Amino acid sequence: MHLAVALDGAGWHPAAWRSRAGDLFSAGYWLDLVLEAERGHLDFVTIEDGLGLQTARFHRPDDRTDQVRGRLDAALVAAFVAPLTTHIGLVPTTDVTHTEPFHVATGIATLDHASNGRAGWRPQIASRAADASHFGRRTTPQLTDTDVLDPESIARRMRPLFAEAVDVVEVVRRLWDSWADDAEIRDVATGRFIDADRVRHIDFVGEHFSVKGPAITPRPPQGQPVVASLAHASTPFEFAAACSDVVFLTPHDGAGISRILAQVDDAVARFGRPLLRFADLVVFLDDTPGRKARLDALSGTEFTSDAAVFAGTPAALADLLVSWHAEGLDGFRLRPGALPHDLHAITRAVVPELQRRGAFRTSYDATTLRGHLRLPRPDRRLPI
Amino acid sequence: MSAPGKKQVHLAAQLPGIHNVTVWSDPRSESQIAIDSFVRLARTAERGKFDFFFLAEGLRLREHKGRVYELDVVGRPDNLTVLAALAAVTSRLGLAATVNATFNEPYEVARRLSTLDHLSGGRAAWNVVTSYDAFTGENFRRGGFLAEADRYDRAAEFLQVARLLWDSWSDGDVLAEGSEFVRAGVGQFVHSGRHFNISGRFTTPRGPQGRPVIIQSGESEVGREFAAAEADVIFSKYDRPADARPFYRDVKARLARHGRAEASLKIIPTATVVIADTDAEAAAYSAEISRGQVSPQTAIAHLEAIWGRDLSSYDPDGPLPEIDPEPESLVLKGHSTFRKGRAETAAKWRALAAERGLSIRELVIEVHGGHTFVGSPRTVADAIDHFVQTDGADGFVFVPHLTPGGLDDLVDRVVPLLQEKGVFRGDYSGTTLRDHLGLEAL
Repeated sequence: MHLAVALDGAGWHPAAWRSRAGDLFSAGYWLDLVLEAERGHLDFVTIEDGLGLQTARFHRPDDRTDQVRGRLDAALVAAFVAPLTTHIGLVPTTDVTHTEPFHVATGIATLDHASNGRAGWRPQIASRAADASHFGRRTTPQLTDTDVLDPESIARRMRPLFAEAVDVVEVVRRLWDSWADDAEIRDVATGRFIDADRVRHIDFVGEHFSVKGPAITPRPPQGQPVVASLAHASTPFEFAAACSDVVFLTPHDGAGISRILAQVDDAVARFGRPLLRFADLVVFLDDTPGRKARLDALSGTEFTSDAAVFAGTPAALADLLVSWHAEGLDGFRLRPGALPHDLHAITRAVVPELQRRGAFRTSYDATTLRGHLRLPRPDRRLPI
Repeated sequence: MSAPGKKQVHLAAQLPGIHNVTVWSDPRSESQIAIDSFVRLARTAERGKFDFFFLAEGLRLREHKGRVYELDVVGRPDNLTVLAALAAVTSRLGLAATVNATFNEPYEVARRLSTLDHLSGGRAAWNVVTSYDAFTGENFRRGGFLAEADRYDRAAEFLQVARLLWDSWSDGDVLAEGSEFVRAGVGQFVHSGRHFNISGRFTTPRGPQGRPVIIQSGESEVGREFAAAEADVIFSKYDRPADARPFYRDVKARLARHGRAEASLKIIPTATVVIADTDAEAAAYSAEISRGQVSPQTAIAHLEAIWGRDLSSYDPDGPLPEIDPEPESLVLKGHSTFRKGRAETAAKWRALAAERGLSIRELVIEVHGGHTFVGSPRTVADAIDHFVQTDGADGFVFVPHLTPGGLDDLVDRVVPLLQEKGVFRGDYSGTTLRDHLGLEAL
């Protein structure tokens, strides 16, 4: 199975920072986490981001001061750790609603160069309408208090942003393919550094924007860095099928897995190509119970999540992962409840347990993220 | 030890990737995009105790006669992404990114620069540039372009907004104690102006420098005034003392009107250097490099850029064309050097070629292929020192002609002489770029 870790702030529990995670805005904090994940031979880490301050509510800002607020740019954090790591995949989140597709393509291509082929990208729509005022160039749909109770309602309201995001990913992928791998020729006889015939305009014209191309950055080492997206409902399933290589799903039990996978399969049949299907799980790992309850007491409410929440021993989590894997999932993205504690438990207890069962690699056998995921390096796709 | 009464020299290095400075045909010339090349250059600059490492930007590949221009090195990274990686493998070197104020938004640029400042422990700088052409605009949602006057207007407001965002968190707003992670209301901002109407909350706590170092380039009246009002460093193209001194005097004189001390703005021209054991050997090496920088094909392409015509049938080793330039047509798109005053340039080139009896290639070498400092290590060190002490500059940003080994001679052979003279630091005395540049902490 494939195993990834989702890094965000002090961990996914809102009171996690109170267990002294460290200085969340220092380079060393992030480096230590990613090095730890690499010691566990994980496929990749994701790094959350957003173009607005965190909030406890999905759809509106809040004024709370008792939870982590503030973050660094995820793609730059990934770039910082790139030269100090050697194998692990680096998958930052970027906004695709307010950013320029051209800049996003350049940034992720550069991360792939800086990591020698370990970049991924998680495109994310701006589902919080307040973020639009940070840019002042457009408005985006405002979710209501009723909408947020149901993933399908959220998806319906966000449908225009998903449609636009499909165009963004298309532009980014075309830019990554706009240079041939062998565009640089250094031909002294003709004085040419590159062959212009091997670098193409992308000439993308869409409903929302147009991009001429080509990229300013040569084709990334992986050809196409790995695209991953999180999906809870039909529209995001379709987005994943059309755009992604990896989808993060949120089943809450064994029955949920087969229902969600059927929906994903249906979207793939209609829109796309094969996808690696990961389940997200928030994990609190201890040999004795009670830590999650203590964190809940500190934050004043019981922690719940869009993803299933697991609190138990590393061996019990290994049992669960093995049984969910058998249901047809390709891998898991574990969201540590508190950092670095739950990350250490993953790499030092869960991983060895899975290795004992022959369910997880004991060393890396590839140096690129595509290699870890068994995705072949794609040929350059040329516009028709 | 610093020499009493003498100005300290500031040194920076730029990875090229634009124009024809990089001699890619040299067998020692390695990848322009591999991270190892950037790491090697940055580490060399840090070994030489340079103030900072600088990356230029170009958001559209240049095109020549409708095709991507083939003759120069091409292909560059996202600046801030590479500099974040370099922050991990250096510890003192300043990291300066060119980021366009026309095809970006302040919220995103401010948070990315602030992130680099956090990741590097206070070493981030921003070279604020604007874009002049719709050609580049074709790569962006925003599209189009701004009239010349509006470019600086937008850039000035952009910078004002970025400052507002950087100042929206104060030092100490992250508490992480008891039940309080942050102070109430952190990151709140409101701005309404001609180019930006934005409000909300900024995501990134104040960086170690408070705000990154601001760099500006441009020699126009409005550019000088912008720099005098806003910048910590100004890049200039004046690498000859005769042009550099009037510019230096003019810009420094403007500072008092903005309530600033002269030392608060460093003037740093772009420069090239060729070093060999003796002056004569260096002169010969310089000529060889110039021939590498101006290949026969490059000579014709530069001529075409000025003439606005296809001149591919002309012999680069023969005389200039008899036919006149077509001032309205643009053969080379996206190259700022060839944008303005082409009829005037053509007349100057003809006169120069006639006076000295130069072929096309010799002429282009003469006008585009020269080097700022050429000589033995001693000659170069003396010239750099003299240039600075006579108020032509506060230092230089050196553009090497080879990637990644092009800084080695400068660092290994000239820097020690500047240190001996007491005009360049023997080691870093501070940790932030503001420290290196002698700027007051914010």
